[in-house]
Amino acid sequence: MSNPTSQDSEEKTVGIDSFRTFTSSSASVIPLLQQIQNRYGYLSESNLERVSEYTHVPLSSIYGVATFYSQFRLSRPGKHLIRVCQGTACHVLGAGKIMAHFQEQLGIEENETTTDGLFTLESVRCLGCCSLAPAMMIDDETYGRLTRDTVDEILSSYREQEER
Amino acid sequence: MSHVSEIRVGLATCGIAAGAEPVYSAFEKELAASNASVKLKRVGCIGMCYNEPLVDVVYQDGKLSTYGHVRVEDVTRIVEKHAVGGQPIQDLLVATDGFFDKQVRIVLENCGLIDPESLDEYRAHAGYEALRIALTEMTPQQVIEKVTASGLRGRGGAGFPTGVKWGFAAREPGPEKYFICNGDEGDPGAFMDRSVLEGDPHRVLEGIAIGAYAIGAPHGYFYVRAEYPLAIKRLEKALADATTAGFIGENILGSDFSFEVKIKAGAGAFVCGEETALIASIEGRRGTPRRRPPYPAVSGLWEKPTNINNVETLANVPWIIRHKTEEFTRYGTEKSKGTKVFALAGKVNHSGLVEVPMGMPIKDIVFDIGGGIRDGKGFKAVQIGGPSGGCIPSSLADVPVDYESITETGAIMGSGGLIVLDEKTCMVDLARFFLDFIQKESCGKCTFCRIGTKRMLEILTRICDGEGTGDDLERLLELSEKVKTYSLCGLGQTAPNPVLTTAKYFREEYDAHIVDKTCPAHVCKALIHYEIGPERCKDCKLCTRDCPVQAISQGEGVFQVIDQKICIKCGRCYEVCPFGAIDVQ
Repeated sequence: MSNPTSQDSEEKTVGIDSFRTFTSSSASVIPLLQQIQNRYGYLSESNLERVSEYTHVPLSSIYGVATFYSQFRLSRPGKHLIRVCQGTACHVLGAGKIMAHFQEQLGIEENETTTDGLFTLESVRCLGCCSLAPAMMIDDETYGRLTRDTVDEILSSYREQEER
Repeated sequence: MSHVSEIRVGLATCGIAAGAEPVYSAFEKELAASNASVKLKRVGCIGMCYNEPLVDVVYQDGKLSTYGHVRVEDVTRIVEKHAVGGQPIQDLLVATDGFFDKQVRIVLENCGLIDPESLDEYRAHAGYEALRIALTEMTPQQVIEKVTASGLRGRGGAGFPTGVKWGFAAREPGPEKYFICNGDEGDPGAFMDRSVLEGDPHRVLEGIAIGAYAIGAPHGYFYVRAEYPLAIKRLEKALADATTAGFIGENILGSDFSFEVKIKAGAGAFVCGEETALIASIEGRRGTPRRRPPYPAVSGLWEKPTNINNVETLANVPWIIRHKTEEFTRYGTEKSKGTKVFALAGKVNHSGLVEVPMGMPIKDIVFDIGGGIRDGKGFKAVQIGGPSGGCIPSSLADVPVDYESITETGAIMGSGGLIVLDEKTCMVDLARFFLDFIQKESCGKCTFCRIGTKRMLEILTRICDGEGTGDDLERLLELSEKVKTYSLCGLGQTAPNPVLTTAKYFREEYDAHIVDKTCPAHVCKALIHYEIGPERCKDCKLCTRDCPVQAISQGEGVFQVIDQKICIKCGRCYEVCPFGAIDVQ
């Protein structure tokens, strides 16, 4: 599954009706943010305002929550989200080199998106696939036992898919 | 030889990552075509993650053969020759190499054995029997007494006696109380809770229901890491099925006890493993710990009495209730009873999910179960307990894994991450790695945790960059003590452990970095350089072709040379050279 956002050229504001399954209290803040991010790939300012209106939690606190947890993103990601694991097992088995290779191949730094909008590169603290270290996820797919060569193969398979 | 009755495909996250889904589909197709009366089953983590994707072929008498590294193209052969023909394919089988011999499976009893998405299978393996016993034959107090007598201690890392903890919450007035299962497995290098939730979710659900009955809590929460989508999916399925079957909900099994459970996905914050931070997160706030007392047992979620246990702790509970207390206490040491699940990974041959009796020496886990160090390298240390833990050197490999013995070394038991390190691991770099983690994950509330760890990281980075000065280590140790003392929660109090243990056991590596400006393990880029040995170079130019910065060119003869001014020390030439002609110094 790819992030649905990249095709949307305009920022979408979520309809408050879709919140109705959640109680309008502070307990719903994180689930609501998660739902919005699942749908749009990130949290726009207008959507943070909607969550604030619905839950009666001040916007400043909503912003505080959105910036505290590493899962949340305030800017639009690329079509595919690459998350390179930087857990302990991956670290001792060369995750740093894998990350450097991604940066070199994509021409971007961590937390940046390629100019064609295809890939966003992030690091993640342990995917729990330590036995397959070094590991990473692209969108919902997990890949293990990475080498520079397998990274190249995987990236070209995504690019080919795009050209088709 | 009896007939093949069942084929099990390990479909936990790591199996799927290794390609088990297409293997499963291929079996589905081939078995349908063969008309063989063999049941195909999705199971959780089989344990030998180093051989993923794993397939167990099970005979009617329960014996089994295991295939490892199974590819889609192997499936036809396995079905034709083995499932139908009854002849195992020797060249595809994997030996267990003693992997299971010293293990004792309590928590992982069903992991890799049953279909985690099938309530019927769980029930066929004594599932929900413990809940029935608790609800119909025991009072809440008797449940607490039995868990206390078992000696079960919190498997999340702190090791607090579970029964005693339940007693605190049970004493508080109801009726509004909460029971939370902490599945926010944030330690890098740990995947025990993920595996249990993916492989046997009903077991944890049964555990939380028994605990809730014991403390009198009508409401429960599962707080699971957002990075574990499969665990959440399987837990949701288990919850729906258990609710339909009447194991969760109103008047469970005809008793007066009613219990509802909600599942919350965490949003990525290591500090939320701390109880009060986790509660803040469920309440929709930033996960910032608060002062205790009051303890959650008195004032927790929504200021109501709350009990929090880790996934593995709860997975022990149904087994304890179903068995005589002596059967549990016969495993372990005087103060640490039962077993511990470890996520064994790093530079070890057999990485995987293992469960051992408490008190087993570290070396038995690394060598007898883990099959020793990869590529014949030397065993240097184990990193236990993640960022809150520490490094135990190979010289202390006889130390038994129990709460007290591990704490004595300066590390902590932690939740069960066990990363094996070899001679190619730089301990200073590893300490820097953990400090970097802690620094980013500190919630920022306490000054020493927020700024102290930042200064510690700066010092460690300086040392790794070859710019360490004489008093750096002293300053690092002083700051460590301050951060430990002046932090409110476990994150800050244990944050310096990786530094303290590496400085204690690997002092010479710090000195080498600071004084000699060398990295003995050849890891820290600023302190190493690559050179081509002209006498070994065959002039194949593989390195020249692969160098990303064109630092390698023709030397004055039939060999290549590296221009040190251009070289970025990525190590690619070292990896591609088929003749071992490149040295790292």
